[in-house]
Amino acid sequence: MTWEIVIGIETHAQLSTASKIFSGASTAFGAAPNTEASAVDIALPGVLPVLNRGAVERAIRFGLAVGGAINRRSVFARKNYFYPDLPKGYQISQYEIPVVRGGAVTIATDAGEKHVRLTRAHLEEDAGKSLHEGLPSELGGVSGIDLNRAGTPLLEIVSEPDMRSAAEAVAYAKALHSLVTWIGICDGDMQEGNFRCDANVSVRRAGGALGTRCEIKNLNSFRFLAQAIEYEARRQIELIEDGGSVVQETRLFDPDRGETRSMRSKEDAQDYRYFPDPDLPPLTIDDAWIQRIHSAMPELPEAMRSRLVAEHGITDYDAAQLTASRELVDYYHGVCKALPAADTASHKLVANFVLGEFAAARNRADVAIAAVPVSPADVAGLLRRVADRTVSGKIAKDVFDAMWAGEGDADAIIERRGLRQISDARAIEALVEHVLAANAPIVAEVRAGKEKAFNSLVGQVMKASKSKANPAQVNEILRRLLAR
Amino acid sequence: MSFSPDDVTRLARLARIDVADDEARDVRDKLDAIFGLIDALQSIDTAGIEPMAHAQDVMMPLRDDVVTAENRRELYQAQAPAVADGLYLVPKVLE
Repeated sequence: MTWEIVIGIETHAQLSTASKIFSGASTAFGAAPNTEASAVDIALPGVLPVLNRGAVERAIRFGLAVGGAINRRSVFARKNYFYPDLPKGYQISQYEIPVVRGGAVTIATDAGEKHVRLTRAHLEEDAGKSLHEGLPSELGGVSGIDLNRAGTPLLEIVSEPDMRSAAEAVAYAKALHSLVTWIGICDGDMQEGNFRCDANVSVRRAGGALGTRCEIKNLNSFRFLAQAIEYEARRQIELIEDGGSVVQETRLFDPDRGETRSMRSKEDAQDYRYFPDPDLPPLTIDDAWIQRIHSAMPELPEAMRSRLVAEHGITDYDAAQLTASRELVDYYHGVCKALPAADTASHKLVANFVLGEFAAARNRADVAIAAVPVSPADVAGLLRRVADRTVSGKIAKDVFDAMWAGEGDADAIIERRGLRQISDARAIEALVEHVLAANAPIVAEVRAGKEKAFNSLVGQVMKASKSKANPAQVNEILRRLLAR
Repeated sequence: MSFSPDDVTRLARLARIDVADDEARDVRDKLDAIFGLIDALQSIDTAGIEPMAHAQDVMMPLRDDVVTAENRRELYQAQAPAVADGLYLVPKVLE
């Protein structure tokens, strides 16, 4: 009997506003404790929340980007629970009428493209932070509360249970992450907790009714998301196959052990007693506002991907890779603009380089694109020398590494290191003659029809030229001289 | 609708209000009286009327996304029972 895994994801994306959702306090990360907690954020009596226009604007932008409906009227509600880092005793969220309803996110799966439907997206405030460790040792038995994060705007994005594997869940989370950063509503820093996922996981016999689900909270990396889902699905299947049944509950993922464990079961689960917040009248959004935001929307990743294929002539695969991140595709465009020719050959050269050498170097150094020491114009300078055959692709890698290490621009490095490609037929002929003379047994093998032996001769010539000979010319001259 | 003493105990726990067992009956009677009023309201036919979310028919005022608050931690923390290293201190909480 085969099992099917059913996954829905709730994502909390921190919106990139300068100030909080209901107060004028700063949202900047890393400030000293409680220095960014205003009277509203710490819930002093008599204060009132005033909604941040920037937060609403970002929610609308998201709704438009996923093709959802923007509710012209939505309602803020109080979600009641007690915890020391929630000073009001309730969190302001949206319940019955969220700002965005519906929409979908497209993901790539092994079986082709798939649309993951969204249920809704709603605005809410974040809570503060509780610190249980690192307090002065004479203060035993206390927790410290930092309310800097309290009131930070969040967009909670809820998907339908449309995913069927950990891989699909990760593809969805990555696509969503790429989208919210692309449209500039969230900076997406997962380590700072700006983009965190809760996964609802259940299992069922293929084609059967939906099983009981468990919710795994606060997964702040794609790797943890995959590990948690895989562990949880296995746990549920084993439980059912052993004759047990799954209890609906909230679970936490322990990255050190690679397993999920029970946090609280829904039986004694919180009853949040939602009700409309009397401090906040309904949020009304008119068509003109939506239209203004719509006309200022950047080109979305999918549209840009199709355009790059049609206009730049690069492959769909490359276009998909490039448009996976706004910063990456901006870099690609930066290099293209700095090249003299805007033809297919140049675009392909740039795409190959940005997705190949550039990506590899960035992974090695483990730096964000903004921190890469080589500018798009500098890369263009190097690719110009590849295009006019001053250097081969292989040498270009060395030049790029030198540029990364701060040794100057491509032309300076090529001159200083004498890396100019040898295209002088006579010089190459001399090298070939030398290699032929020194490798009589291999020459005999080639003449006997062994193609591998030919490649070995090419390699020898390239080595003799310190990789500077034009490979196409080496091939041609070798063939000609062998045929004598 | 009418409340049982168990409902009262549960609501009291959710609201973190200490209601002693011998008070529960009295509290229940008061809640029943309030819900009697709500029952009367619910007998009104509201079919086809959009539910209100607020007593006043006003639009949500919005503020521009600008930082206007200053750091007044010292003032706020002067009233707190216990602080250290800029943190408010509370009895230890662990999930």
